[in-house]
Amino acid sequence: MSQTTTYLAEHVKALKPSGIRRFFDLAAGMKGVISLGVGEPDFVTSWNLREAAITSLEQGYTSYTANAGLMELREEIAGYMQKQFSVSYDPESEIIVTVGASQAIDIAFRAILNPGDEVIIVEPCFVSYAPLVTMAGGVPIHVQTLKENDFKILPSQLEEVMTERTKAIMLCSPNNPTGTMLNKAELEKIAEIAVRHDLLVLSDEIYAELVYDEPYTSLASIEGMRERTILLNGFSKGFAMTGWRLGFVCAPEEITQGMLKIHQYAIMCASTMAQYAGLEGLKNGRENVEEMRKSYRQRRNFIVQSLNEMGLTCHNPGGAFYAFPSIESTGLSSEEFAEELLKAEKVAVVPGNAFGESGEGHIRCSYATSLTQLQEAMKRIRRFIDNL
Amino acid sequence: MKLTSTEIEIAEILEKNARLSNEDIAKMTNLSLDETDKIIKKLEEHNIIVRYVSLVDWSKIEGHEGVTAMIDVKVTPKRDVGFDAVAERIYRFKEVKSVYLMSGTYDLSVVIEGKSMNEVARFVSNKLSTIESVISTTTHFILKKYKHDGTVYESDDEDRRIVVSP
Repeated sequence: MSQTTTYLAEHVKALKPSGIRRFFDLAAGMKGVISLGVGEPDFVTSWNLREAAITSLEQGYTSYTANAGLMELREEIAGYMQKQFSVSYDPESEIIVTVGASQAIDIAFRAILNPGDEVIIVEPCFVSYAPLVTMAGGVPIHVQTLKENDFKILPSQLEEVMTERTKAIMLCSPNNPTGTMLNKAELEKIAEIAVRHDLLVLSDEIYAELVYDEPYTSLASIEGMRERTILLNGFSKGFAMTGWRLGFVCAPEEITQGMLKIHQYAIMCASTMAQYAGLEGLKNGRENVEEMRKSYRQRRNFIVQSLNEMGLTCHNPGGAFYAFPSIESTGLSSEEFAEELLKAEKVAVVPGNAFGESGEGHIRCSYATSLTQLQEAMKRIRRFIDNL
Repeated sequence: MKLTSTEIEIAEILEKNARLSNEDIAKMTNLSLDETDKIIKKLEEHNIIVRYVSLVDWSKIEGHEGVTAMIDVKVTPKRDVGFDAVAERIYRFKEVKSVYLMSGTYDLSVVIEGKSMNEVARFVSNKLSTIESVISTTTHFILKKYKHDGTVYESDDEDRRIVVSP
């Protein structure tokens, strides 16, 4: 062990393993577990998309594509972004098809950060943002959104941590793990700060297709933001394609071309068959997306009401597929709650502190699981609380 | 009749799973229980929800396998009542599970269930073919049911996802 670690770079040694990892090990060994711990759709990719990938293999499309991805796919992405989100990007020079949105986040940070540059990370959030900033030589500055504000970031909170080294803000709406969506007015306030301080904003819009109450606004569609937004999106959530690893990033040409240099050396291009499946999704997948959205909304309504009824207060999450109830009334920490619940009732949830400090006192319950499973899970959680 | 999007949504929910309680449906649609009860009652009263059914795979039960046949029936339509009168004469038999008026090379598609091929054959020759307006019948026996009314009989819906992921 010590022999091996001596080869590791210091900054990698210093990297903390994801808080989710430990919990995964605990849950993975158990039988009969109902998991509300999964951060991906319960739908299998629609058959027409899978069939398109099979056909591409039959036809022998097994070689590399252009570094930035199939031109045809980029054109479809440009059309899709225009139609769904009212943002326009040049498929020639402003779009890169990536290996999931995760890789897009990685090349974005690596392309824009000089050593010591600060990135404001709005927490609780997806686990990879801060480590990726660090690995790119930047400094993550954590800002905690609060339960009282339904986990929406306040402009004043951003102002408080601003320094002359601040380079960018990392934002995710709808958010993982809180499900919180920022509406147009709220985004405009963030945009105003970004413009005033001349900041970039990395906008993780991977859940943009999964919103249930208000229409979705892309940050890049707000006046003055297109030139300073790196828009991260992909097929994983909306099109139920997590395992295909297919995402994309849209940004002004200069930034895109910078990212493309890293992308071509590190990755070459995204998987060709996945790109063909994605192409089919954009061309003929609309109906499937709508159907999945409807089903998630019903389950969201169900789980949020059920949790609130049993005293685990939970704001109404506008998007994604997570409920983020407070478990403070039980007197347990979020890790204790998750661990005890798993042991006593075999329901897996993710402790909120895995996503940042202000996630403490909460658990993330994914409702991307069948209604039957959700009904049973709610029964078990209620019994668990009653027995505390 | 015109329905609201919520009323349609409730019809869709019940079509997928008729055993959901009204309480759960109320939660799923963000309605009060009272409102939900009213909508379901309305759907039932207007015969929009015609009946609540279970999809049973009889082929799994020994001695209850049975046979199903789809019969293409050519008929001469009757003055004034067209195809309706002869369709009615056919669908009144309890062996007949469905009757559809079709476009194309024949007129009525009739689905029959029986205990054996013989029983179905007897029905076709004794009951169906002898109806005055029936010109001809072509009987197709179903060998295996893969998917019925949107449901795959032997679906492998195992959850292949890892238990916890970010």
